[in-house]
Formats: sequence, C-alpha cells, structure tokens
Amino acid sequence: MTTTDVPALDTPDARAGLVPARRRFAPPSSALGLVGLAGFAVLIEVLPRTGLVPRDYFPPLSAMVTAMVDEVQTQGFWDALTETLMGWGIGLGIALVAGISLGLLLGSVEVLRRYTASTIEFLRPVPSVALIPLAVLLFGFQLQSTLLLVVYAAFWQVLIQVLYGVQDVDPVARETARSYQLGPVARLRYLIWPTALPYVMTGVRLAAAVALILAVTAGLVGVGRGLGAEIAVAQSSGAVPLVYGLVITTGLIGVVINLLARALERRTLSWHSSMRADIGG
Amino acid sequence: MSDPVAAPSTRQPGQPRTALLDVDRVQKTYTGQGRTVEAVRNLTFSVGDGELVCIVGPSGAGKTTLLKVIAGLLEPTSGTVTLDGTAVTGPPPSMAVVFQEYGRSLFPWMTVEGNVELPLKQKKMGKERRAELVRDALEAVGLADAHSAYPWQLSGGMQQRVAIARAVAYQPKVLLMDEPFAAVDAQTRADLEDLIRSLWHRLGVTILFVTHDIDESVYLGERVLVLSSSPTVIMEDLAIDLPDERNQLDTRSSPRFAELRHHVYEQIQLAKHRRGGEPVTGPAPAGSPT
Repeated sequence: MTTTDVPALDTPDARAGLVPARRRFAPPSSALGLVGLAGFAVLIEVLPRTGLVPRDYFPPLSAMVTAMVDEVQTQGFWDALTETLMGWGIGLGIALVAGISLGLLLGSVEVLRRYTASTIEFLRPVPSVALIPLAVLLFGFQLQSTLLLVVYAAFWQVLIQVLYGVQDVDPVARETARSYQLGPVARLRYLIWPTALPYVMTGVRLAAAVALILAVTAGLVGVGRGLGAEIAVAQSSGAVPLVYGLVITTGLIGVVINLLARALERRTLSWHSSMRADIGG
Repeated sequence: MSDPVAAPSTRQPGQPRTALLDVDRVQKTYTGQGRTVEAVRNLTFSVGDGELVCIVGPSGAGKTTLLKVIAGLLEPTSGTVTLDGTAVTGPPPSMAVVFQEYGRSLFPWMTVEGNVELPLKQKKMGKERRAELVRDALEAVGLADAHSAYPWQLSGGMQQRVAIARAVAYQPKVLLMDEPFAAVDAQTRADLEDLIRSLWHRLGVTILFVTHDIDESVYLGERVLVLSSSPTVIMEDLAIDLPDERNQLDTRSSPRFAELRHHVYEQIQLAKHRRGGEPVTGPAPAGSPT
C-alpha cells in the first residue's frame, strides 16, 4: 500500500562526522522531491498544449486548477468533502477500536488465535468493493453503506498488525514481567501494548489510506454522496478538467492523512529504535 | 528464621546459616519433536540466608535452565525447589532476577525511573514509599542522576545497573543473577562485580550468581558450585575462604585466589570431559590460610 520511507540523512557516517571535510553539494531529499513535483506539473501543463496528448481528455494543469477554484466556491463541494471525510473518519474509528480490541484478545489467547487464524486468512483477501451489493441491500445509498465498506477494508489492516505485534513480545521481557509478578492487566498495559504499538501505528497508517480509498470508491459507484459521487457526476457531464481537479484533491487529502499518521507515529514511538538516535551500545 | 537483614559486622565467611533456598534432586528434560534432551540430571544444594553463592560451569552446562527452574519460570521434570519453606511453583514474590540481556529485560518505552518503579506498582505501597525505594536503589547503583533517561540512552554497563537497581528496589530475599556481566567490557565488569559485593554487604540479601567466568565466581562468591557438562550434576561445592573485604587488585593477586582459581579451573576442565552421573573425583584445594 504505502511505501516506507527511510530517513536517509541519519547515516552512521554522517553522525560520526566521518564524511570528508571537502564539501559536497547534497540538497535535502525534501527539496529534491519538490523540484521533481514542480517538473511534473510543468510537464502536464505543456504536454496537452503541444498536442502530444489529446487536450479533450487530458487538459493542461492550469485548466484543472481553474475548474477546482470554481468548484471549491460551491456548497456542493464542501458537502461532498464532509461526507467523504465523515465516512473515512467514522469508518476508520470503528475499524481501529474493533481491530485493536479483537487483535489484543486473539493475540493474547493462544487457543483463540489458532481457532481464528484460518478464518481471518479467508476473510481478509475478500475485496471490500465486492461487498457493495450487500451494503446497498442492507443500508441503501446512505452513509452506513460507505461505513460498511470502509470498516471492512480498514479492519483487517489493523487486526493483522495487532496480531503480529502481540506475538512480538520479547521472551526476556516476558520473563522479566513474570518474575516481577506483573498481573494480566499490568502485562497488557506495560508490556504487550507498548510492544504492539509500532505495529498498531503501521496498521493505523495503512488503514487510514485504505479507508480513504473506500470512502471515495463508495461515492464513485453511487453509494453515498461524497467526492467519489462528485467525480462521477463531473465525468458523466463531460467536465473533464473538474474530474482531474477532484482526483488531485483526493490525492492531496491522502497526502495530508499520511503526514498526520506519520506525525502520530513519531510522537507515540519516540522510544522505538526506528525513531530514536541511539547513544548507548 | 533469623533476621533476613543481617548487619555487615555479623557477616563472617563460613558461618553456618539457616537454609533459605533448597534445591532438591532437580532434574529437567526437554522433550520435543521425537527427541529428548536431558539438560539437568540431578542437582541438590541449599543456599543459606544471606549467602552469596556462585554457580560456575562450562558453557552449555544447563546453568540458565537451572536458574529458570529456581526462579519458577520453568517447571522441573522432577525434584523440588523450596524457598523459605514454600515450594516454588511459579515466580515467587520474594525473588528478583537479573538477566544477562539487560537490553531486552529493560522496557525501552519507559524511563529508567519507570523501569525501576514498575515492579513496585504491583506491591501494595504508597506513592511516596515507591519513589523513595526507586531513589535509594538508583543511588545505590550509582545512577542517582539518570532518573529521566531512557535505558537505550545509557551504556551497556549503566543499563545493567538499572536492571540491578530494579531488583534492589523490589527488596527481594533472594537475588538471582544469570550471567549478568557477560555482555559488558572488562573494565565495567570489574566495577559491577564490586557493586554486587557492596550491595550484598549493605542489604544482606541472598545472592545466587550464575557465571561461566571462573575468576568472577571465585572473586564474588562465599561458595562456588561447580557444575558438570550437560546433563548437569554438581561436581563440587567449594567454600571460598578469601577475606570478606575484597578488591580487584589485592584479592585477585593474592596466592589463595590463584589457588582457588586454579582448582576451579581444573574442575571445569574435568567437567568438560565428563558428563553427569560419572563419579566425581578431583583434588581438594590446599589448606586454608586462616
């Protein structure tokens, strides 16, 4: 789903000051990324104008932006955005609560985990979009239908990560907890949950991205009235620049969501080896 | 039962003490996938109240298995462990374990203070008493100003000090240590050995110290139990008649230390070639200088 970006700057060499004193030009990767993005923007502005790609189906960037500027001044856009974000947020919330609590339960009780493993492996690959007819049957074209799709897609992402996380408790840490008489509640709170937390955070990030996809998809296929529905309407009315504009908008929402998830990860996992600068040996 | 907190002046080597920990005919066989491995064959010994006993044996001698059985983390196949008159069936509340892998035994998501305090939260005591114990324990191991650091911000030796402080704050009757200094450098190791001796003097706690290092066992212990190779039996129960006040320089260069060390070394060499169950023979150490 999302790729893991590794901070490239904190190499051992850079930390230990082993890089030769001779200065080399090394711009930060974020700057390079922005330059690349700007280049891409120029490309999709110029290509349609040169006629290399058909302008009817592939308008220049400026046309997309203009269409979007008009669009954001309508109430309909904001209603659609709210609907999509609500479907995303509520659905993600339900998936998180259900995935984390069920994951902790199944992961802690060996028997339960083994009884449910095959069922989970069977249900997990079922694509959420395959449930659209069922959702419509159950809830009609309402928010609940969107929620069903979002929850189903996001839930597995969280559950699987929590299951892995609970399994990852270090044997020495477990024996330490046992020998110091930590009860089940204390073990869950001070050992199992912190161990699983990095996995939970990965689950949150993946689930947040998948939830957005499903929240938009629902509208696209006619369930709910979110940004997906706006795209479908724009497409059927031939407003090609607006279709692209809305697609870019959903992409930007995805970027913002990913940034938020990463910030949350950094805050909660400051102690984790992937986040910290190790000092001791 | 005698007073568990003995005053330093009453601690004389060789003085008979009430048995606090009894290991009786403990045997441990691992079974799995069609084969059985007898790790520990037959171990019987007892540790007196307030004693500092080292267990030394060749690598793979089932030292860790034995320690886990005593700690109640592993069930023996047969035999019993009795602590203070009560059979050990699970981790006993009056026992603390210091593991070799300090980095995995300390919780990286908690500060030094949090790590030391955590076991105390399971005991019924006031917040202030907890804070006091944490403060005293960290001061005792020389980490009075590392409260709010995270374990991974400290050096290996300091991390093991935190683990020791956690055990000390827990106020156990018996402190089990499983090769606690195997992963630190020689310099740090010497400091930590002296720390253990001084904590033992000050707190009057009973210590069972497992190591593969012969010098360390002789330097630290009042008694050294020499284990055979697996399947393990006790080859020798040796009283260490070195003076109670020990220091790295004089003790280690004393003739008696060399004699004892030589003797244990010989036993270990024998142990490598002899499995449990075979007759135990070997020269007794030469007469004590006292």
